[in-house]
Amino acid sequence: MEPAHLAATDLACRRGERVLFTGLAFALSPGEALQVTGRNGTGKSSLIRILAGLLRPLAGDVERHGAIALVDERPALDGDVPLGRALAFWTRLDGGHPPVGYLGLDELLDVPVRYLSTGQRKRGALARLAGQGAPLWLLDEPLNGLDSEAVGLCEALVAEHCAAGGIAVIASHQPFALPGLRSLPLAEFAP
Amino acid sequence: MTALATILRRDLALLIPGGRRGGALLPVLFFLAVAMLYPFAVGPNAALLARTGGGVLWVAALLAAILPLDRLLASDLERGFFDQWALRGIAEEAVVAVRLLAHWVSFGPPLMLAALPAAALLGLSGATLRTVELGLLAGTPGLAAIGLIIAALTVGLRGGAALGGLLMIPLAVPLLVFGAGALSTGGTAGIALTAAISLLLVAIAPFAAGAAIRGAREG
Repeated sequence: MEPAHLAATDLACRRGERVLFTGLAFALSPGEALQVTGRNGTGKSSLIRILAGLLRPLAGDVERHGAIALVDERPALDGDVPLGRALAFWTRLDGGHPPVGYLGLDELLDVPVRYLSTGQRKRGALARLAGQGAPLWLLDEPLNGLDSEAVGLCEALVAEHCAAGGIAVIASHQPFALPGLRSLPLAEFAP
Repeated sequence: MTALATILRRDLALLIPGGRRGGALLPVLFFLAVAMLYPFAVGPNAALLARTGGGVLWVAALLAAILPLDRLLASDLERGFFDQWALRGIAEEAVVAVRLLAHWVSFGPPLMLAALPAAALLGLSGATLRTVELGLLAGTPGLAAIGLIIAALTVGLRGGAALGGLLMIPLAVPLLVFGAGALSTGGTAGIALTAAISLLLVAIAPFAAGAAIRGAREG
């Protein structure tokens, strides 16, 4: 299998009339992680969506080798079914094993997703992400709504992923503890 | 292919009457309510009911097709399902084609079943009932396709559900003209034309709705 790789060259993004950033570039090889930092509205989420290929950049290219897994503010879990069945839908598509026990979701598998708290739903989304088995992880505000214990679990999950040769891009305004995490302040690329 | 089968299973669980997304029985009840109310409104004139009843069923079916529009695509887009499918390389067109099948299964056959008691309420003759059933069989896939296209186009709009209903009516007129028209001519030509329009709409729907969903993502 070709080693995972994620690189951006000369990226620019426009939302509405406003250009959010220009000339953004980075390259990540296996095992590397990057935290995109910046204040609200500086384009963190837009950058994540551009990297995922869900949004067209105004200029520049994204080079991806490997499948992409994404967690953003929408968990992509059915609200009306128990968490276990909601995750099972993605397991059937992806063929992986979501680390439910690791994320402390064992006793929540029978609870319908709509009764879960924001943090529990986020942990469910992280389980879906990890179960996908994709080498490129894009995380948009992964720590939102998580308590301190779950923050540690999330950081450990990403650390394990990178140690196994995966790549992670984390967009967060909160500190994210990860050995060797590089930082990409979006303010530097504001026009 | 297995991915699409998995998605179809989820769609069916969501959409069929008694399914998780709820309210799937509503179009059928609405359809029956129209058939029940019509005799009250025009009076117990059996000849008049038998002559106009088939057309009323067609109008009821068309309006019933509007009811499920707002829950067809909107919640999956809001919850990020379409983004996740796109990341897995599953095209919007394929997802929408599967959704079209599930949507038709959830409202076409139930309406055809409901047409049996409705025909009894209106005192339709056996031949008229047969023409209505064949017409619905030919026309409901087209109604489902129009509904899906409109649901995709109005998905990001406030008040999209109300607008969707208004948009659907003019687009469904050809189906109504030929489908209900077959009742007065009694021939199969009208039903064949209805089926032809339906096929065309079913062929267009995945591409039109898929493009609309991608467009909504860029917005």
